[in-house]
Amino acid sequence: MTTDETAALADRLLAGSTRALARGLTWIEAGGPRAEALSARLYPHTGRAHVIGLTGSPGSGKSTLARALATAARARGLTVGIVAVDPSSPYSGGAILGDRIRMNDLALDPGVFIRSMATRGALGGLCRAAADAVDLLDAAGWNLVLAETVGVGQDEVDVMRLAHTVVVVSVPGLGDDIQALKAGLLEIADVHVVNKADREGASRTVAELRAMLTLLPVPPGAALPPVLACTAARDEGVEAVLEAILGHMAALKTSGDLERRRARIAEARVLKIAQELAAEAVARPRSDAAGRLLAEVTRRELPPHACARRLLAEATTAHGGDPDG
Amino acid sequence: MAHRPIRVLVAKVGLDGHDRGAKIVARCLRDAGMDVIYTGLHRTPEEVAAAAVQEDVDVLGVSVLSGAHMTLIPRIVEQLRQAQAGDILLVAGGVIPDEDVAALRAMGVADVLLQDTPPDVIVTRIRALAAARQPR
Repeated sequence: MTTDETAALADRLLAGSTRALARGLTWIEAGGPRAEALSARLYPHTGRAHVIGLTGSPGSGKSTLARALATAARARGLTVGIVAVDPSSPYSGGAILGDRIRMNDLALDPGVFIRSMATRGALGGLCRAAADAVDLLDAAGWNLVLAETVGVGQDEVDVMRLAHTVVVVSVPGLGDDIQALKAGLLEIADVHVVNKADREGASRTVAELRAMLTLLPVPPGAALPPVLACTAARDEGVEAVLEAILGHMAALKTSGDLERRRARIAEARVLKIAQELAAEAVARPRSDAAGRLLAEVTRRELPPHACARRLLAEATTAHGGDPDG
Repeated sequence: MAHRPIRVLVAKVGLDGHDRGAKIVARCLRDAGMDVIYTGLHRTPEEVAAAAVQEDVDVLGVSVLSGAHMTLIPRIVEQLRQAQAGDILLVAGGVIPDEDVAALRAMGVADVLLQDTPPDVIVTRIRALAAARQPR
């Protein structure tokens, strides 16, 4: 893949070509050197979009809420890019990406771009390329970028590593106040949404979430995250959710927390990439020396932790950590 | 180039409400390791073409069981052409008379899979089409 080709694609993407954006996302998803080259070229053009993470349990209505939020945002003249992640099969590696089904009435709006992605074995609720994909949409000039996770349980919190505003979608009837007390997903929300509010128990779920929030430590002067009920399928209550999301960004800007959050996101993202590089480096075909170290562990002459440290040190010095190498 | 699964958009267009076949095909392709985007029922040719472009799929598979294929498929061909996405391989599936198969192929449809095509043949033919496509 030549530098010229990467430059040409980046230029067309920056000029607003949908086709180029779609192709760029294909490169990003495939990974490898050209994905890294494209990301590197576009990274200086990022930082303008408001990145919104949408997460919650399977069937809670994340895609439907994404559709409703995009519709509300379009009414305000904002453009919306959506990255929707669905799970890959652990058996075949294939995936059915069905988030688009809920978003069909956005299909012909040139102010909306939707891309479906598969997890490909990633565990945190997103796919490996999600942050880079969000960058591409950001660089291409989309005002809001919605990143929708797979249906998650309690501990898949990758979305906080890319979103400025995290929206956690709950539904009535999935658990009692003890569920709401547990750590993990509920703690990372900047905005709580109780979707399917036309169902029985919605007001109780809202009350339990509010009660849970009063028990969490809140920095002085910080507001509690709002808990909002809506019925996304009927566009009821969605305007208030969008208002809360945009209000969160406004508050981040006035308080100066936006820069802290950007720094946190950048750090988490870099660490994650470093972890992946380290994992790849260690997993490469090993030298004879590494083989001897592993044999020492087998013979109980070397503890596993010490061996792992030495393998990692050897792998990272051997490859110098040079991405262009 | 890094490994990339074949990407397929499976779509139902027009007033045809029979999606069991499309869902089974989607499932078969998934089980063959492909990323399959499913649009659901009652899409317009314009919506389907726009989705295929945004998703940058290798293959756009359109299922028509209503007999309206000679109206709907040419519109998809035209939409893809207008979007400069004529390289996306269009595959028609469903109940399609023999004389229409030739006409569809002539207008640029890459393959026509009739309603009695066994699942493994569908997988083989989609794979062959995708393999012959220019690398992206």
